[in-house]
Amino acid sequence: MADKPKLAVWKFASCDGCQLTLLDCEDELLAVADAITIANFPEASRAVLDGPYDVSLVEGSITTAHDRERLEAVREQSGLLIAIGACATAGGIQALRNFADVRAFTDMVYAHPEYISTLETSTPLSAHVRVDMELRGCPINKAQLLEVVSALLNGRKPNVPQGSVCIECKMRGTPCIMVAHGTPCLGPVTHAGCGAICPAYNRGCYACFGPMERPNTASLAHHLGALGVADDAVQRLFRTYNASAPEFRREGDRHGGGA
Amino acid sequence: MTATTNKAGVISRDSLEGLFDALIARDYVPVGPTVREGVIVLDELRGVDDLPEGWTEDQDAATYRLMRRADAALFGFNNGQHAWKPYLFPPKAKLWEAEKTPDGGFSMRETPDAAKAFAFIGVRPCDLHAIQVQDAVFMAEQNTDPLYARRRRKAFTVVIQCGQAAKTCFCTSMDTGPRADGGFDLALTEILDADRHSFVVEAGSAAGASVLAEIPHSEARPDDLAAAEACTKRAVDQMGRTLDTTGVKDLLYGSYESRRWADLERRCLACGNCTMVCPTCFCTTVEDVTDLSGTHAERWRHWESCYTTDFSYIHGGSVRPTIRSRYRQWLVHKLATWQDQFGTSGCVGCGRCITWCPVGIDLTEEVRLIRDSERKKDAADGHVQEHPHASD
Ligand code: SF4
Ligand code: SF4
Ligand code: SF4
Repeated sequence: MADKPKLAVWKFASCDGCQLTLLDCEDELLAVADAITIANFPEASRAVLDGPYDVSLVEGSITTAHDRERLEAVREQSGLLIAIGACATAGGIQALRNFADVRAFTDMVYAHPEYISTLETSTPLSAHVRVDMELRGCPINKAQLLEVVSALLNGRKPNVPQGSVCIECKMRGTPCIMVAHGTPCLGPVTHAGCGAICPAYNRGCYACFGPMERPNTASLAHHLGALGVADDAVQRLFRTYNASAPEFRREGDRHGGGA
Repeated sequence: MTATTNKAGVISRDSLEGLFDALIARDYVPVGPTVREGVIVLDELRGVDDLPEGWTEDQDAATYRLMRRADAALFGFNNGQHAWKPYLFPPKAKLWEAEKTPDGGFSMRETPDAAKAFAFIGVRPCDLHAIQVQDAVFMAEQNTDPLYARRRRKAFTVVIQCGQAAKTCFCTSMDTGPRADGGFDLALTEILDADRHSFVVEAGSAAGASVLAEIPHSEARPDDLAAAEACTKRAVDQMGRTLDTTGVKDLLYGSYESRRWADLERRCLACGNCTMVCPTCFCTTVEDVTDLSGTHAERWRHWESCYTTDFSYIHGGSVRPTIRSRYRQWLVHKLATWQDQFGTSGCVGCGRCITWCPVGIDLTEEVRLIRDSERKKDAADGHVQEHPHASD
């Protein structure tokens, strides 16, 4: 194939976990490399091919003015820009700074905070540039990533369901741990994609994939209260990897004694 | 009411293993209730030892707790989260696959279903009705679903007549239980008192009779039949919920603008759990997948729910963007449109959607509230309003 599509992977404020998901596609990676030219993939190789790129997978949130400029450059050079992971789609765990004073943190952590140049907030890519598609998760799901890449290569619509984690949980036949054991679970408001892993291991869903389409967080929060979850704990449940996703942010703000 | 009881037999607790032996010898995979992960699930069973002996459960809206019984009943509980649905209508099924050919075309291959014949052991009467409701959906003359039809025709059904009812049960309202009079291969009623632990058994088909012939059993005596009848009565007396089905179709057709839907907008999570656990819900979506090289494609069918917006997405967006419109779709289909579509109710009163709704939305209560609110509205329209709408 003379004109294999060029794919680039970019990193902003993030842990690299989502990029590693791509690297983790060991068996499939050869086929990926066959079908596309990997123009930039910091976790795999230092070589960088010049743009433009057909597809950019972008990991990480925007936390510095420099990154904002870098993202704009990536956008300009990319046909399709796909945000991958909770950082890129919602600001990530580092968006907890959005609820506090970032200077207090830098003063606490760094010997010379004056050298730190950072924005007040951690924001998703969509706050800065046009994003063509978002792939949720902390980290993203390998099968979903491959699905999106094969869909793009074959010119078809990717199958990425928007409904709740509960639907995946029921399809795999897991007994509902919230109903059967009273374990708090965010599955009913969380975007599908992980395959409902945690309830299958007796853990409530942590909402790694962020809010589902039109989540009714208020009704679930009310029920969590009825299960005995304290109000500040309800707030903490909504303030994790997707704390700054608008629907979770609003719900979190309603709990924890007005904090 | 039952001519079949004349031919009823009695299998002792200790001879029940013979049922498994006979079924396994006929190459059936026995499936039935067993305790796993702190609940009673349906799973493949090896024999009587896998049954939930001495277990029961306490269930109500949004809560289920497994508990010990004081006795050693084998079927002393009601419906759990699992219905038989996934065995006949799997959550995910590959419909076909295709390979690109060198000439630029492609060749298609059907993917035959390899599942063995299931023997369902311990089907509650409401669930037997649910299977019959799905038969009408999947085995209609004009459009038979080959996967469902194949599995269903091969399946062997052992009903367990209910001797107790959960707080969430309302089969008596839906006329689906607590006793099934036919439609099974075998039906058992568990009799457990001070001096006996046995099963009154009826055969409902030739296959059932031939299996029964291999299980040690005696002829039922009048006191066995009286004990079985007492079981049914106990279940009727314990029935936890009721749903007034009088004119429910017209009621719901006339309630599209009911103010009750706004309340559901607030409470319902649109999580889809009710549709997943419902033994009659049958909606699916079809997805095409390809491999990275683009030489291999597959078509999959999987369960879908009217609570997702993907499900009602047409060009330009979902036709049911609000949660209230999705709950309304579900309820009105289940209890009203289903009647026009298939000639039966889509609800058999199993109570699963009540127990397994994470926030305990109870359709029997919602119908009651819609009825009340429409009555008040009629009264208001006729200017004979007695109750002001203060509490709505
Ligand atoms: S365990 Fe959690 S994700 Fe699974 S059905 Fe229950 S509430 Fe939903
Ligand atoms: S609607 Fe609810 S009670 Fe009726 S059959 Fe479905 S799950 Fe059971
Ligand atoms: S009725 Fe309950 S189970 Fe059904 S979608 Fe609404 S919240 Fe989920």
